[in-house]
Amino acid sequence: MSALTAVRGGAPPAPAEPVRRRRRWVPYALLLPGLVWLAVFFLAPMATLFSTSLQVGSIDEGYRPAFRVANYTEALSAFSEQFFRSFGYAAMATVLALLVSYPLAYAIAFKAGRWKNVLLVLVIAPFFTSFLVRTLAWTAILGDQGLLLGQLKEIGVLSPDFRLLARPFAVILGLTYNFLPFMTLPLYASLERIDRRLLEAAGDLYSSAFTTFRKVTFPLSLPGVVAGTLLTFIPAAGDYINQRLLGTPRQSMIGTVIDSQFLRVLDYPSAAALSFTLMVSIVVLVWFYVRRAGTEELV
Amino acid sequence: MSNSGVAGAGAALRLDGLTKRFGDFLAVDDLHLDIPEGSFFALLGPSGCGKTTTLRMVAGLEAPTSGRIILGEEDVTDRRPYKRPVNTVFQSYALFPHLDIQENIAFGLRRRGQKDIPRQVKETLELVQLGGYERRRPSQLSGGQQQRVALARALINHPRVLLLDEPLGALDLKLRRQMQLELKRIQLEVGLTFVHVTHDQEEAMTMADTIAVMNAGRVEQLGDPASLYESPATVFVANFLGQSNLVQARVSGRSGNDLLLDVAGQRLAMPADRSRATSETVFVGVRPEKIHLATGNARETGDSRSAMGANQLSGVITDTSFTGTSTQFLVRTSWGQELVVFAQNTSAERRSATPGETVVLHWHPAHTFAFDRSAEAHAVEPVAEESAPVSRVKVTG
Repeated sequence: MSALTAVRGGAPPAPAEPVRRRRRWVPYALLLPGLVWLAVFFLAPMATLFSTSLQVGSIDEGYRPAFRVANYTEALSAFSEQFFRSFGYAAMATVLALLVSYPLAYAIAFKAGRWKNVLLVLVIAPFFTSFLVRTLAWTAILGDQGLLLGQLKEIGVLSPDFRLLARPFAVILGLTYNFLPFMTLPLYASLERIDRRLLEAAGDLYSSAFTTFRKVTFPLSLPGVVAGTLLTFIPAAGDYINQRLLGTPRQSMIGTVIDSQFLRVLDYPSAAALSFTLMVSIVVLVWFYVRRAGTEELV
Repeated sequence: MSNSGVAGAGAALRLDGLTKRFGDFLAVDDLHLDIPEGSFFALLGPSGCGKTTTLRMVAGLEAPTSGRIILGEEDVTDRRPYKRPVNTVFQSYALFPHLDIQENIAFGLRRRGQKDIPRQVKETLELVQLGGYERRRPSQLSGGQQQRVALARALINHPRVLLLDEPLGALDLKLRRQMQLELKRIQLEVGLTFVHVTHDQEEAMTMADTIAVMNAGRVEQLGDPASLYESPATVFVANFLGQSNLVQARVSGRSGNDLLLDVAGQRLAMPADRSRATSETVFVGVRPEKIHLATGNARETGDSRSAMGANQLSGVITDTSFTGTSTQFLVRTSWGQELVVFAQNTSAERRSATPGETVVLHWHPAHTFAFDRSAEAHAVEPVAEESAPVSRVKVTG
């Protein structure tokens, strides 16, 4: 004991110190590129956006920095309908995507065997084509004389003025389709890593296949459900391509409004206020959702 | 459901010609076993011998290729796992990570809509000495504690047969010893039928009333631990349970109740009722700790232990190793086979025999065992997973 303390006390600590001091910088050095990126491309634009949202003036006489909170109330009262419609469409698309994706992801994870990788590639395959092109393809499929309706109208099953496009259905379908892989992949990942022995244990403990799913498989896949719904809902709520191509102004969503306020009406403060509000409301919704889903309790 | 039974209502388990094929591989080969109610039964064998497959068929997790599984009076062969009154303690424990300890243990009770769950969970947790752990998560427990939870989760359902699949395999040696005794205590306390699968011969011998030694899908020998150890019936059993010295011999005659054997010209004797041999060509065996060593000097001065009537073989020491409680000797016989001898380190002034020295091995005839060599047609070189290399059967003239 005394020998030990003697050695410890007597050994000069000097050689160890510089090494430790140098090492302490390493984590910060590694963080730096990411922090710089975030500062330049996220924090700075956010600050600009926020200050723009409070400016006064017009496009002709120029916008001046100010603190006009009324920009928010005016924009919100003018476009509240589009706000609610956006969240409604996004929620419906998320639920639809979940209903389609869960069985798909389950089948790939548990039943596909050696076809697993092929099926995963097929899920990702649409990404090889541009988002815009894929959405345009739907206008051809759903068009009034398109692949689907054209045939049915010809044989008289549908009346000639029946439409799918220009209705909420088409917009929600487009959103569901476009964000489906974002739902399927996290679901697959969380189902795939469930220990199969847990399912055997549930069966051993008097659970039928359905009860095993309800009490073991589904609860253990919740992290994937949460991740998938967030990855679908968030971009869907701000999307404007699907509405622009598959709908009409009657289905206009908040993304479309922001787009036209910025680029057509050139009312920057109003567009910025809407963008900022959209972002904050999504963050608040997500926060409540994640808290309710209680993901931190899940393994 | 038929398993809403009373505590202690174990059932007998009968396997009738149970067979399982995986493609070309015969995992379990026409297995017949009768496991009496309330017994602690061990299926012992090396990995790949079919013991776990057998257990999974009883649990309903694998479908047998042929044969029947009869539990008590009922044929459960075609029943789904969740409709069988058996529960399993899995090797990996398979605790549900999203549920706390109380809900893990209550899982089976809830599926059967039982009442009074908190009290039952509390009692079972106390039985496995984990009282007060209800609200913990499996990930917050140590391996030994998880093992107890897995046991409690199965026990609380009062299965008619409890299946244990290498339940102690993931624990360290000390904890394993402790859990062996505890499992035995719990089995006596609840009186259920336990079927325990293990590759650890010591574990099987410590706990089980009856052991079936399995090899290549078949039962090599069945019996209580002592009789398996003292009187193995095959090369595989002789070497898988502890170490054995096996020597080729010929039955040369009888003398009273003794069987006389000829080993490379030397005569050995053994009680005839200890021999399982029916033919003349046999393997004769003796456990290393049953053999005494006498050095040349001791023999001349008439060492009391090399009394008349003992079996004797002479040889030359080729190696010695000190293992603490005993010393292990390798002795080369006149026909070139190396035999193993364990000598207890009990005497203070004992001069240890050294390599190169000629010694006489002697042991009591009643410690000798013998079985037919022809019965070994299907015997495979044993794959002992934990013990040191066992003595090989080397053959000369």
